Amino acid sequence: MSDEVLRSDRPPESGATRTGEFKPTLQLGTDHDLCAGCGEPLALRTILESIEELGLAQRTIGVIGIGCYTALTSLMDLDLIQALHGRAPSLATGAKRMLPDRLFFTLQGDGDMANEGLQEVIHAAARGENITCVLLNNGVFGETGGHMTATTVLGQRTKNTLEGRDATQHGYPIQMVDLLAPLGGTAYAARGSVHDASGVVKTKVMMRRAFETQMRGEGFSIVEILTMCPTGWFVPTAKGPGYLNEVLGAVHVTGEWKRDGRLLRGAEPEAPNEAKERGAV
Amino acid sequence: MSRRFMQGSEAIAEAAIAAGCRFFAGYPMTPFTELLEHFAAKLPAEGGVCVNAESELEAIGMAWGAVATGARAATGSTGQGLSLMQESISELVRAELPLVLFNLARGQGDYYQATRGGGHGDYRHLVLAPVDLTEAVQLTQLAFDRAECWRNPVLVYGDYLLAHTAEAVAIEPVAFDPLPSKDWAVDGSRSGSGSPRNLNPIGMVPGKKGIEPERFWKRLQAKHEAMAAAEARWEAESTDDAELLVVAFGSVARFTRFAVRELRAEGARVGHFRPVTLWPFPSEALAEAARGVKRVAVLEQNAGQMIDDVRLALEGRVKVVAIGGISSDDAGFGVGPMLEPERIRARVGAALAGREVQP
Repeated sequence: MSDEVLRSDRPPESGATRTGEFKPTLQLGTDHDLCAGCGEPLALRTILESIEELGLAQRTIGVIGIGCYTALTSLMDLDLIQALHGRAPSLATGAKRMLPDRLFFTLQGDGDMANEGLQEVIHAAARGENITCVLLNNGVFGETGGHMTATTVLGQRTKNTLEGRDATQHGYPIQMVDLLAPLGGTAYAARGSVHDASGVVKTKVMMRRAFETQMRGEGFSIVEILTMCPTGWFVPTAKGPGYLNEVLGAVHVTGEWKRDGRLLRGAEPEAPNEAKERGAV
Repeated sequence: MSRRFMQGSEAIAEAAIAAGCRFFAGYPMTPFTELLEHFAAKLPAEGGVCVNAESELEAIGMAWGAVATGARAATGSTGQGLSLMQESISELVRAELPLVLFNLARGQGDYYQATRGGGHGDYRHLVLAPVDLTEAVQLTQLAFDRAECWRNPVLVYGDYLLAHTAEAVAIEPVAFDPLPSKDWAVDGSRSGSGSPRNLNPIGMVPGKKGIEPERFWKRLQAKHEAMAAAEARWEAESTDDAELLVVAFGSVARFTRFAVRELRAEGARVGHFRPVTLWPFPSEALAEAARGVKRVAVLEQNAGQMIDDVRLALEGRVKVVAIGGISSDDAGFGVGPMLEPERIRARVGAALAGREVQP
């Protein structure tokens, strides 16, 4: 895949900028402001559909970080609190402590969670805060145009690692779910990917499971979602899903890392119909 | 209500709880630590929550989340910790969230931080500087009321002496006018309604693409101008025939006020002016109090910060001299040798006689 990477830093020219004709009830429109081929609108759908299916629409509050996905807030039919870059887990902590029967999720990118706010999410997990942190991981600062983050994989080209991330210069990527899963306060940890339909379905199972974990009061949950960023990777839009799966997915391995407090280290989630049978909270 | 002998930190925590504060988060630091201890001990019994945050950054983030739900919430630290919170303070102002902050500082070197701030963009918030515990109990309650009235953070700025001095004090509830309902607070109930709320610092509106930052920020500017016009508070005494007007704030003003009263009793024509709000600075009241005086002497425990606001208020009409200065104990907690009634009196006396005071 890497040899197909364009030696260009210009965004891809065309592609869909609609979330699709079908939209979840909790989505206020079908047009988004993000680039063609972006994976974040897909990730948003897994969140919104899970909230709706669990019957938690009137009890949910989102705490939003700062990145491209912040623009998705105009589409979200949810009460929201906008956080500073990196600080969403603390805001969700204070709000959840005041309203313990509501569902709280944070929406953060890899720059937000793994760079600026790493200590926030680690401490929230260690405290076992009853919140769900959602990480949209594309391995770049998409909003600034494709710069290296703490999750950028070795060899990955970004605007400030033009020859690829070199460990001797830029260190190694942090695998967030692997890092957070072993902490005592973490009840559920999983990493999904929206590079194909099967990945989207599995990601949604993880999202539901995380929300159910929170509503049972079992502690902290994290769902990391690998998302396409062809603009920030300098690859053609159509090559985004493949690049995500082969380049980022090789390092940030998908699967469930902790469930019901047990470490699983990358197990496949059970089939979605099985998850549905577990019922809404 | 009966008076009890208690430390400043305990009285402030009790006053906050009496005002309805149900969430506090903090990180230990001298001399703020005891305030955190008292909230940790007292809040759970009131159905509240105190979180021992892992950093000041997280403390203010947690308090931000709590206040966004409509709960009365507070955080605080010492000036050093407030430095870490500056980014959040400036954003809380723009998100129009009524968080109450405490700076139990080391001396008075945080005047600029309190009144100008180190955050980004145009932002303003009230700063209340109590002179003693009785006033701290009142101003703590006022802070929660004003914060919600304006939907804007309020800072209560005290020091080591206020936090650690024990006095007999009553937690008398202060009666305030009713406030508008908190229909801005998020509780999840408007999720799925088609018209949810988004508490944000830049004017984002659910269902609407894009933002209008200029319009949003100009509206905030107008609000802050209205706050400045309405909220100035001060205490002035013996100003009518004064030749010298002494200006001081916070715990230090307790010393200067004592010295001025002694000198006045001995026939000296000296007056005292104490800003209770450092922002908005009571400029018009100070200009009025300084009418006819020969000299204005500013005594603050720092290298000279409030003196800028005094000079701005007086617009060059009166000579303004500094008679305070940096003064600290060996640990750097700001309990310096200058804070002796005799030394303060000597400095005021020198200013009265037209002599220079060495800082």
